[in-house]
Amino acid sequence: MHIVVAMRQLADLVEELEVNGDGTDIDRDFVKFVSNEWDEAALEEALTIKDESAASVTVVALDEPDVDQTLYAALAKGADRAVKLTGHDPSAWVRTRERAQRIASFLAHEEFDLVLTGVQAADDLDGQLAGILGSTLDIPHAAVVVGVELTGSSLRVAQELGGGLVGVSELELPAVLGVQAARQAPRYASITRIRQAMQTQKIEEQEVSLEVTTPQVTVRRLYPPEKQGGATMLTGSAKDVATEIVNILRSKGLV
Amino acid sequence: MLAIIETRKIFAGETEVAKIVFYVLALIVLVIFFVGVIRRLVVYNRGRRAPNFAWLRRRDPRDVPEVSERPTVPSSLVTIATNQTIIKTKHKVGVSHWLLFWGFIGLFLATSILSLDYDVLGNASRIITGHTYSFFQGPFYLAYNAVFDFAGLLALVGTVLLASRRWFSKEPQLDYTRAQKPESGYSRARIVIGDHVFVSGLLLILVTGLLIQGLRIDGEHFPSFEQWTWLGYLIGKGFAGLGVGAAAARAVHAWLWWVHVGLALAFVAYIPWSKAWHMLASPANLAVRDFSNVRRLPQPPADNAGYRSVDDLTPKELLGLDSCTKCGRCHVVCPARTGGAPLSPRDLILDLRQLADHKHGIPLLFDTETRPSPTGPMNEDGCLAGEVVVGETLWSCTTCMACVEICPVGIEHVPLIVQLRRTLVDQGAMDPTLQSALQNIATQGNSFGKSSRMRARWTKGLDFPIVDARTQHVEYLWFLGDFASFDERLMDISRTLATVLHANGISFGILFEEERNAGNDVRRVGEEGLFEMLVEQNMNAFAKASFDKIFTTDPHSFNTLRNEYPAFGLDRPVLHYSELLAKLLFTGKVAPGNLMRKVTYHDPCYLGRYNRIFEAPRAVISALGCDLVEMPRHGVNSFCCGAGGGRIWMDDSVLDERPSVNRIKEASTLDVDYFVVACPKDYAMFSDAVKTVGIEDKLKVVDIVELFAEATLSSALVDV
Amino acid sequence: MAIAVLVVGERVAGESPDVTFELLGRGRELADALSGELAVVVVNDLDEGAQFGIADVLYVVDGMDSASYSAPQWEAAIGAVIQRVSPQVVLVSTGTVGIDLAGALATKFNAPLASYVIDVTAQGDKLVVTSQLYGGKLLSEGEIDAFPAFVSVLPGSLPVEKGRAQGSPRVEHIDAGDQLRLSKGRGTELREPDTSGVDITSAALLVSVGRGIGSKENLELVAELAEAMKAPLSASRPVIDQGWLPKPHQVGKSGKKVKPTVYLAFGISGAPEHLEGMRSAETIIACNTDPSAPIFEVAHYGTTLDLFDLVPELTDIVGG
Repeated sequence: MHIVVAMRQLADLVEELEVNGDGTDIDRDFVKFVSNEWDEAALEEALTIKDESAASVTVVALDEPDVDQTLYAALAKGADRAVKLTGHDPSAWVRTRERAQRIASFLAHEEFDLVLTGVQAADDLDGQLAGILGSTLDIPHAAVVVGVELTGSSLRVAQELGGGLVGVSELELPAVLGVQAARQAPRYASITRIRQAMQTQKIEEQEVSLEVTTPQVTVRRLYPPEKQGGATMLTGSAKDVATEIVNILRSKGLV
Repeated sequence: MLAIIETRKIFAGETEVAKIVFYVLALIVLVIFFVGVIRRLVVYNRGRRAPNFAWLRRRDPRDVPEVSERPTVPSSLVTIATNQTIIKTKHKVGVSHWLLFWGFIGLFLATSILSLDYDVLGNASRIITGHTYSFFQGPFYLAYNAVFDFAGLLALVGTVLLASRRWFSKEPQLDYTRAQKPESGYSRARIVIGDHVFVSGLLLILVTGLLIQGLRIDGEHFPSFEQWTWLGYLIGKGFAGLGVGAAAARAVHAWLWWVHVGLALAFVAYIPWSKAWHMLASPANLAVRDFSNVRRLPQPPADNAGYRSVDDLTPKELLGLDSCTKCGRCHVVCPARTGGAPLSPRDLILDLRQLADHKHGIPLLFDTETRPSPTGPMNEDGCLAGEVVVGETLWSCTTCMACVEICPVGIEHVPLIVQLRRTLVDQGAMDPTLQSALQNIATQGNSFGKSSRMRARWTKGLDFPIVDARTQHVEYLWFLGDFASFDERLMDISRTLATVLHANGISFGILFEEERNAGNDVRRVGEEGLFEMLVEQNMNAFAKASFDKIFTTDPHSFNTLRNEYPAFGLDRPVLHYSELLAKLLFTGKVAPGNLMRKVTYHDPCYLGRYNRIFEAPRAVISALGCDLVEMPRHGVNSFCCGAGGGRIWMDDSVLDERPSVNRIKEASTLDVDYFVVACPKDYAMFSDAVKTVGIEDKLKVVDIVELFAEATLSSALVDV
Repeated sequence: MAIAVLVVGERVAGESPDVTFELLGRGRELADALSGELAVVVVNDLDEGAQFGIADVLYVVDGMDSASYSAPQWEAAIGAVIQRVSPQVVLVSTGTVGIDLAGALATKFNAPLASYVIDVTAQGDKLVVTSQLYGGKLLSEGEIDAFPAFVSVLPGSLPVEKGRAQGSPRVEHIDAGDQLRLSKGRGTELREPDTSGVDITSAALLVSVGRGIGSKENLELVAELAEAMKAPLSASRPVIDQGWLPKPHQVGKSGKKVKPTVYLAFGISGAPEHLEGMRSAETIIACNTDPSAPIFEVAHYGTTLDLFDLVPELTDIVGG
C-alpha cells in the first residue's frame, strides 16, 4: 500500500494579512507561511494507516515558502519520502486548479493506491483539491472525510454530511480523499526529531513543467471585510430582549 | 602489691572456641558487608557518564554566585553532621534522628577503639615484642565508658522516639499508599516490613547491648571504678535490685552477649543489602548534590532524546535513588499530589530504584512493591517514561522544586522528571493542549498562538513611547514573557509597570516583535530542541539590541535567562522587576508609601525557591506601608500555584483541587484583604482561584507593581 | 428557452437543506438576468416537487440508492444532467456534497469554478462573485466570463426565504443508471447523528453558561432553555471545575473549540481561555450583568440583563 499525502503551505491566519499593490493577492513578502492544518490531518491519517499496516507514505508539496519545514516535519513524524515539486514561481499564488495539475503530473509517474489531502485550504478560491485532483486523474474521490478504513484492496470512507449525518461509502482504489479529521489529533514532532530529519533525510526535488490553461475566476480585488466593532447592545425589558434574541435565532433558522 | 587497674577483660567468660566462632562470624560479616558495598559502587560507577561528569562539580565561571551554592566538602560535612536537612522542616523527627545518628556513631567509634586496642595493638605488640600491650585501661577506660555510655543513651532515646513514630504515628508521609494507583492493584507490605525490621533491629541491638553491660557489672560485683560506666552500672543495680545475683547475671550475660553480638553482626551485614544502606548512601548523596542541576537542567543523553532505560541514569542519580529513605516529605509537599494528581515524588524515586536495582541484580531486601502483573516498577522491559512511570504521572509535575527543597538527603527529582518527559515529547505522547501550545511557540514564538507582531500591542494606550532597544541604547532591557505581553488582564499590569518605570526615569526598552518565549517551561516540558531554538532566536534579538542589564516580569523567564542562557552566551545581569522596584525604594528615588493594607505575599517558585529572591518583594511591600502577614507556607516552603513546568498549557480537570485553590484557601484563613503576587502566571492562576473559592470580594489578587503604583504615583498617572 | 441556471439539490436524507433554497432564490435572479430558465436537480423522487415552485424545471435523477451517499455516484448522476441540459451556471454549496461535486465536475467540463462564494450576480455577460478567503479575513471580488460556470456558495450567505415558493415546475426524470454502473464507488450506509453523548462541536446552536450561574441548582434554569431550543448545553471552565457539568461540555482552550452558527453565552465573562474556544462562532449573543466584561468585545449582540430574568422569558417564547 502506497499512500501519497499532498500538503501545502498557507499564509498563517494568525497574522494580519495585507493586500498587495494591485489588490489581487495577499502581500506575500511579509507573511509567515505554515502548513495547512487539514493537510496535517491527512498526514496523520496516512501515518496512522502506516502504523497499522505495512503502508509507505510519500509526502508531496509544491515549492512554497518554508515548505521544507513542513516536509521535514512530515519525515520526522514517520513519512518515508518527501518530494518537493518545482517549476512554478514559489513566491506567487498557485491557484488550486494549477496545483492539482502539477500534483497530477507528479502522480502520473508514481505507483500509488491512495492520495490523502486536506479537505480545504483557506485560499481555495477555485475549489478544493481532492475533487479536482480526482477528476484530473480520473479516479474516485471523496471530501470531508472523517473516517478511512482500508481492508485489503477495498476502501471504506465516512463523510460528514452536515447535522451529524455521516455517509459511509466504498471507493475503488486508487482514490483521492479530502480529509476533514484524522482518527486522532496530528502527532507532535519534536524540534529535535525535525532537526535529525534535516540531517539524515533528503527532500527529493522534481521539476514539473507544464502549460496551465484552466479557466478560472479572475480576481478583481481582495479586501478586508468591514469591521464589526463590539457587540450591539440589546436593551429594554427582559421580554423585549428575549424576543429580539429569538428573532435572531429564527433568522438563522435555529428555532 | 597488685595495683588495681581499671579495665575489664575482653571476652570475659567466653571460651577460646567462642572467640574463634566470633572472629569467624565477624569475618563472614565483613565479607558480606563489603561485597554488598562494592557491588553497589560498581553499579553506580557503571552509570551513564555525561560529558564533564564529576562527582563534585567544579565551580563554573558562568555560575551566578548567590544561587549556585555547589556544596563545598566542609559545608557538606556540616550539613551531614548537624542533620540540618532532616531537622529543618521536622524538628522532632530531625532531633530524634540526630540523637540516633550521633549515638550510633559513638557506639561504632567505641567498638572501633576496642578493636584497635585488642585486635590491632594487642596482636601487633605480641608478635613484635612478645608482650601484649593495651591502652584499654586506667583513666582512658573510665573516660571511654563514661562517654560511650552517653552515646548509648542518645542512640536509645533517638531510636525509641523514631520507632514509636513508626509504630504509632498517623502522619500522611508514613502512609505508603501510592498517588498513582495501578489498575491491577499493588502491595507495599514488604516495604513496611523493611521499615520495622530496620528500626526494631536497631532498638534490639541497643537494648541488648545495655543489658549485657549491666549484667557484666552485676556479675563482677560492681567494681567501684565501673561507676564511670554509669549507664551500665545503673542497669546492673537495677538487675541487682530485681534480685539478680552475680552468678545469675553471669549466666544470662553469657547467652545474651551472643544475642547482642549476633544482632550487631547481622545488622552490619544487612546494611548494604537493605534500607539501612541509606546510612552510607544519603550522606554521600548530600555531599554530591547540586541544586544548580534544577535551575540549569542537564543535557539529554547523547544517543536519546530523553531517559528510556535505567542505563540512562547517571552515577549520581543512581546514588540519589539509593539515598531515599521513604520519609515522604516530598509526597506531602508536592502540589500535584496534594491536588490529587497521580504524581508523588517519593513513588517516582521508589519505582525507579526498584526497577534499577532489579535490573542491576542488586535489589534491596524488603524494598519491593509487588503487583499481580508486571506493570510499573515490575515492568523490567518497559520504557522508563510512559511505561514504568506512566505519562500522566510525569506530566503532573509543576517543577516547583518543593520536593528537591525538602528532601533531607538531597535527591534532585525535577531534572529526572524532565529527562523522562523528554522521552514522552520525543514520542509525541502528550496532552493535545500542550501540543498546540508547543506548536504555537514553535511557529509564533508564544504560547498564545498570536502573531509576534501583536507582542507589543500592550503598549497601546500609554501616553509615552516605549523605547525599541534595537534602535536605542537602554540601561535595562525589559523581557516581558508571554503572559505579560498577551493576556488581556496582565497587559494592564504591564502598562502599570511601564508607567512606574517611566515616571521614575528608568532607561528601559523592549524587543517588540523579536522577543520569543524564553523557553524555561518549554525546556521543563521536555522539548529540548524547541528550547534551543528559542534561545537562538532570543540571543539573536539580544545581539541586535543595546542594553546593560535585563529585567523580566516573569520569574520563569528570569530563571532561564539568568541560569541557562549564560551557557549560550548571555553575559548581562538579569533581574526580576521586584528587585528593580526595591532598588527604586532603597536608593531613595521613590519615597516610601503609606498604604496601610493588610496583605499576604505569595513567593513564586522560580523566584523564591529557585533563585532565592525572598527579600526584595517583601521589602517593597513593607516600604509601601503594607502590613505583611505571612501564609504558613512561605519562603522556601511556598506552595506552587500549579502553573509551572508547562502545567499551564495542560488540562487540569483531572485534579480534585487545583493547587491555586488550595493556596487561596490557605490565604483566606489569614486576616488580609490583598493577595500580592510578583508573577504573571500567578496573577492569572489566583485570579481564577479566588473566583472558584468564591471570595473575590474579600481577597483581591494584586500584582506588587499595582500596589507600588498606587502608593507612589499620583492618581492621574495610575489611571493609564 | 435554454436552461441558464442549474441548482443542485443537495438532499441526501430527510428534507432539502436550507442552502438549496438559498441557491434557488439567487438562481432565479441569475436566470432572469441571463434570460434563461432556472432548473433544479434532485436525486430520487421526493414527491415534493411543489416546494421548488421558484424553478422552471425540476430534474429528478432516478435509480440512485436513497439509503446511502456516494460521491462518485452523485458526480456521475449530476454530471449526466449537466451534460444533457448544458446550463450556463451551476450552483452548488460549499458543503460536503457541493465540495464533492464542484471541483470534479468543473474539471470534467473544463469550466471555471468559484468557491466560498457569499454573493454572486450577473453583470452583462459576466458573473461577479464575492468569496470569503483566509477564514473570512479577506474577501475576494472576482469575475467569470467563461460558461458553463460553477459557483459554490457558503451555506448561510444568501437569503433562504426567497427560494421557498410553492409552484409546479416541469418535472423531467433522468435515468442515470448507465453512468452509475460505471462509477467507481457505492454508498453503503447513512449513520444518523449519535444523540446519546453530547457533542457540542457539531451543534448549530449552543446554550452556554459561565460562573454567573452561581450554583448547580441554577443550572436547571438554563438546561430547560437548552432543551426548549433543542440545543446542547455547554459551559466555561469554572462551571466544569465546580463539577456542575461534565468535561465534554467545556468550551475553551482546555475544553473544546466550537463554531456554532449562534453561541448564546449566559453569565460568561469571557476569559481568554474561553474566548479561544468560541470566538469563531458565526454569531455570539452574550448576557452578562457586567457591561465591561470582555465577552462583549467578541459578541455580536449583548445584554446586561440578569440572566435569571432573561432565561425564563426566552424559554417561554421558544417553548410556548
